[in-house]
Amino acid sequence: MLLTITTTARPATDLGFLLHKHPERVQEFSQSFGTATVFYPEAGEERCTAALMLEVDPIALVRSRGKGSPDFSLSQYVNDRPYAASSLLAVALADVFRTARAGRCKARPELPGTPLPLELRLPALPCRGGPELARRLFEPLGWEVDARPVPLDEGFPEWGESRYVGLTLRGDVRLSDALNHLYVLLPVLDDGKHYWVAPDEVDKLIRAGEGWLGGHPERGLITRRYLGRRWALARTALARLAELGDETEEELEPAVEEDAPADVTAADEAAAAEAEAAAETATDAAAEATAEATAEATAEAAEAAAQEQATGSRSEPESDPEPESDPEPESDPESERSQVKAKSKSLSALRREAILAKLEELGAVSVIDLGCGQGELVGALLSRPRFAKVGGMDVSPMALTIAARKLRLERMPDAKRARLTLFQGALTYTDKRLSGYDAAVLMEVIEHVDPPRLDALERVVFGRAKPRHVLVTTPNIEYNVRYEFLTGLRHPDHRFEWTRAEFAGWATRVAARYGYQVAFAPVGDDDPEVGPPTQMGVFTRDQRS
Amino acid sequence: MISVPELSLVVLVGVSGSGKSTFARRHFKPTQVISSDFCRGLVADDENDQAATPAAFDLLHHIVGVRLARGLFTVVDATNVQYAARKSLIDLARRHDVLADAIVLDVPEEVAIERNAARPDRDFGPGVVIRQRKDLRRSLAKIANDGFRRVHVLRGLEEIEAATITYEKAWSDKTELTGPFDIIGDVHGCRSELETLLRELGWEGLRHPEGRTAVFVGDLVDRGPDTPGVLRLVMDMVEAGTAICVSGNHEQKLVRALNGRKVKVAHGLQESLDQLAAQPPEFVERARAFMDGLLSHYRLDGGRLVVAHAGLKEEYHGRASGRVRSFALYGDTTGETDEYGLPVRYPWADEYRGRAMVVYGHTPTTRPEWVNNTICLDTGVVFGGHLTALRYPERQLVQVPAEKVWYEPVKPLAEAGGRDPGMLDINDVIGTRHVETRFGSRVKIMEQNAAAALEVMSRFAVDPRWLVYLPPTMAPPETSRLDGYLEHPHEAFEEFAAAGVREVVCEEKHMGSRAVAVLCRTPEVAAARFGVDDGSTGALYTRTGRPFFADTAPLVERLREACAPLWAELGSDWVVLDCELLPWSAKAGELIRSQYASVGAAARASLPEAVAALEAAAGRGLGVSELIDRTRRRSQNAALFRDAYARYCWPVDGLEGIRVAPFQILACEGRATALEPHAWHLSTLALLDSPLITQTRHVFVTLDSPESRAAATAWWESMTADGGEGMVVKPASHVPGRVQPGVKVRGREYLRIIYGPDYTESLDVLRRRFLGKKRSLALREYVLGLEALSRLADGEAGWRVHEPVFAVLALESEPVDPRL
Repeated sequence: MLLTITTTARPATDLGFLLHKHPERVQEFSQSFGTATVFYPEAGEERCTAALMLEVDPIALVRSRGKGSPDFSLSQYVNDRPYAASSLLAVALADVFRTARAGRCKARPELPGTPLPLELRLPALPCRGGPELARRLFEPLGWEVDARPVPLDEGFPEWGESRYVGLTLRGDVRLSDALNHLYVLLPVLDDGKHYWVAPDEVDKLIRAGEGWLGGHPERGLITRRYLGRRWALARTALARLAELGDETEEELEPAVEEDAPADVTAADEAAAAEAEAAAETATDAAAEATAEATAEATAEAAEAAAQEQATGSRSEPESDPEPESDPEPESDPESERSQVKAKSKSLSALRREAILAKLEELGAVSVIDLGCGQGELVGALLSRPRFAKVGGMDVSPMALTIAARKLRLERMPDAKRARLTLFQGALTYTDKRLSGYDAAVLMEVIEHVDPPRLDALERVVFGRAKPRHVLVTTPNIEYNVRYEFLTGLRHPDHRFEWTRAEFAGWATRVAARYGYQVAFAPVGDDDPEVGPPTQMGVFTRDQRS
Repeated sequence: MISVPELSLVVLVGVSGSGKSTFARRHFKPTQVISSDFCRGLVADDENDQAATPAAFDLLHHIVGVRLARGLFTVVDATNVQYAARKSLIDLARRHDVLADAIVLDVPEEVAIERNAARPDRDFGPGVVIRQRKDLRRSLAKIANDGFRRVHVLRGLEEIEAATITYEKAWSDKTELTGPFDIIGDVHGCRSELETLLRELGWEGLRHPEGRTAVFVGDLVDRGPDTPGVLRLVMDMVEAGTAICVSGNHEQKLVRALNGRKVKVAHGLQESLDQLAAQPPEFVERARAFMDGLLSHYRLDGGRLVVAHAGLKEEYHGRASGRVRSFALYGDTTGETDEYGLPVRYPWADEYRGRAMVVYGHTPTTRPEWVNNTICLDTGVVFGGHLTALRYPERQLVQVPAEKVWYEPVKPLAEAGGRDPGMLDINDVIGTRHVETRFGSRVKIMEQNAAAALEVMSRFAVDPRWLVYLPPTMAPPETSRLDGYLEHPHEAFEEFAAAGVREVVCEEKHMGSRAVAVLCRTPEVAAARFGVDDGSTGALYTRTGRPFFADTAPLVERLREACAPLWAELGSDWVVLDCELLPWSAKAGELIRSQYASVGAAARASLPEAVAALEAAAGRGLGVSELIDRTRRRSQNAALFRDAYARYCWPVDGLEGIRVAPFQILACEGRATALEPHAWHLSTLALLDSPLITQTRHVFVTLDSPESRAAATAWWESMTADGGEGMVVKPASHVPGRVQPGVKVRGREYLRIIYGPDYTESLDVLRRRFLGKKRSLALREYVLGLEALSRLADGEAGWRVHEPVFAVLALESEPVDPRL
């Protein structure tokens, strides 16, 4: 991969001083993943170009990868890292041009502070979000942006454009700023850092973003993407950015919580969801084509599922302006008050409250959450002593691990722990462990099941487990028109979304077949035209059956 | 002589020092005897620590319970001189549906005291023995009412010394009878139909010329026109030793009525009473005694067959208790009643996972249906249905229609298919498992792999009823040392020759997507054979069990038409095929674009600019010549890489452009054809002549002929020179044991897709690859696949087929170098 830096300042060869690299020499710098070479294709008075060429050894890259690396393309052996200007280039650039990036120049102390006419060229820059995003990120920094999409394959014009752009930036910018812009924004555009984000990444970001990131209109997106979209870290960084003085050595908060971000715009969400979807699709496809890669596919499916769970709120194209620190706020005795309060709550929180209220109304004492994910509802049930027996089942071992951690299972007092059963299971297999509860909850679960397999789910839950009550929630597709940025279904893993009539038809059929009565209730803002965002069916078993 | 049941709990009773442990040592295996002293030692490090007694008995009960649950004969060595102690053991036995016998060792007081005094570890005085003996004396008066099957009292040292133990088989144990059997469903007084059925089965009078044994599942009586005639025939057959019979609930009730008990006369009992009233009293008495003596279930043929009127769950096989008998006579009920006022039956068969076949009647259905290796033969002949027999071990059904509706049913006969043999249970798949196969090995599945597979299976796989097979992974041969090659046919040939294989087949690898096709001739076949009754006729899925495309039905339809010649050729209405679906881009389009084409695009965008920059630097006299050479070479590699993937992409419009290359016939009715030689597969599949079908090019190689090897190598080289994927080398016929079922030899250009565009630059590094795990997985998955196909071909229950299929997916979640 290649980066060229050209200046037309006179004398242009001052670039050599600024970069601390002599224009008449070819210098190699060893990196953990390959070799960086700096050379000057041209070095004249009027125009001087420095080239940073990074040769990545993909085999070394794979071998050096740590466990838990979030960048799945690195675990693939055929990847674009040797060719594209990714975070690896950012790392090499930071290392090779360390002094220049810090804005120091002993030979010409006045130079670093001076904006120079610069032209930066990256022939293949991975850019999730397309040329438009490149412009949105670089233009506010004083660059004239020329971003041209690279076609995927000339032999298959119908495939369209690749995720790369050929990028040329022109502008009068201080060289240290230019290097810092690249250092931060290359991984942001790539949207996949090559190593797991450690807490000190926050400091690195703050140092590199000094003077320009705080005022950048896209700072939210930049921060989140740079930090690998680990929400907790992103939030810490955002908070610190807001109060950014010069003190960057503050103690870092131990970041373990993974709550939803504080201020996320819908557009960011759409972009994030899109990237997520692309990654998932690629993962799935990988499982199919590289026959022997199933091992990874399985792991990745698990990871994808966990991510889906972990980012459950992102499956709704809504923002959550007020993250709950306590997952279970006091319930409101009056419905009007909760309506008012509801306005400021995320749909997932509303759903949880609706279910809890319904369970209490039904007088359920033992409840099992089928498809419990990270255990938000399970936690809420446990915090209410009236629920004497609480079950949580999910198909994803990863989700259950997260749930166990978030519920602090290890440290839960015995009396509380004794009320809880958490286990892996699948709703298409009969399972004795599902029996013996007053109520079962299928919260946003059925839409993740292939329609031909719903029959099995119905038999398992309504035919075999047969709790007295079953609460089912699922998206109301009619409401999707209210989501401005939504195309298609609300989540890539949704196998269907139903209209109110479709849901009612299904629920009525199931109720009739298995001896239940069903009633329906809206969850969330009940739009007069398209109904509520979430629909709920409350099934109650007939006395006789 | 003391006779105890083979499976029972024997409770020794006697004071301390009465010689129970010595007695137990002499007559029973050490592992069969659980003593309270031993348990006290385990929980207190001191066999005489009386404070530990409650804990010791908890442990004793636990151990005894586990043994009884596992069907093991067990002896309890404790004083048991008090009623409460014995009662708790009797309850324990009942909980496990086994009988309990007591053996009382009654020794003179002074003998016990003397023995205790001689033992330094028993430092308690004679008072303890005296007290225990008082308890024992009190107990002996009424121990017969404790609830033991039998109490054996040995009085005095001589009797104890002389005692011997013999074992009685359980009444239900007729495992020595191996058949063949004709098992006959509920007759209900339909003598004429029974006679017709027996003739149909080849019976001549009371005997079958081939020495078959008739087995009646009970309910011979009531409702029908000639209950006495049926009883006479069956009694004669039983007396002649050519039939056995279990009791039905109707016999049970009829006996009670004949015994003069007050019973509610309903459900056709009146007909029997009226008909018997017309018979001579000797006959009535003979019938009463016969019915009264009937057992509720039998285990036959070494335990492989169980017959009970209403069926029997596995835990109850061979057990004896009130509830076992009740289950066998009346079945399992939910305790609820339906709209006709009849008890709602619990679908125990859906949950049945036992290895024994269970044959029963009791619940009239329109047609008999296998549910997890169980079958109900009551087809309601008295209600105008059929009288049904099952030939065992042939598993063949023989039916005769009712001559008329003899009795109006209270409710319509249950529709077959109301039950769900396709329903899987979580315990079929989770946890650490050992999957037994008939191919010489047992495959262990680790819990975490099963957990991973459960998620993938339940979130992404096709309906498990179609998912009857998943292909095994395939390893490459040992890495080639030839210059420029990572893989070469030579190593494959060497490997098989070393394993003693004489002939191999080399089959072209198509480089599409692996596909398993399950095809049924009609929707009816799909419903009957696979239990899928939504009108579909098959499925086409990937190697991880996911469906191809959102709707595979049109492709299945076309593939079914293309495979029509197979129905006659195989004599089967369904077939499972191992295939490759082409082009690669049809399924992997998204992957190709997002990964392969992207890499190509990035390479072709950046490398030429890098070359240009380097050339400019070289023009200035900088020393970059080596870097230029390398970058130019990489630029060429990128172009070759692009050609390698592009060759497997072509535009597909709907189904136009899709091709399927079947290369193996995995199974059809009654046959796991995967075990057939490859020549048979290839020649049979050559019958398919359709634009949809792509034939698989192949050559057979005689391994001890250098010319034959050279010809195949040349063939491989010509195929792969321009990017062909390569070939698979397989033993020409199935080889049992630890021989790979096939190895893949991939082409040099093709491997750029796997190892990256520049892999040819670093062959020496890549040669250090480790094949052991991959090869071990390939063998285990192969055996599991064959097992699944064999179970499918044998018509085994859905969960039995699912088990090895799931196991393949679980093994695939093992991390292994994905490039192999």
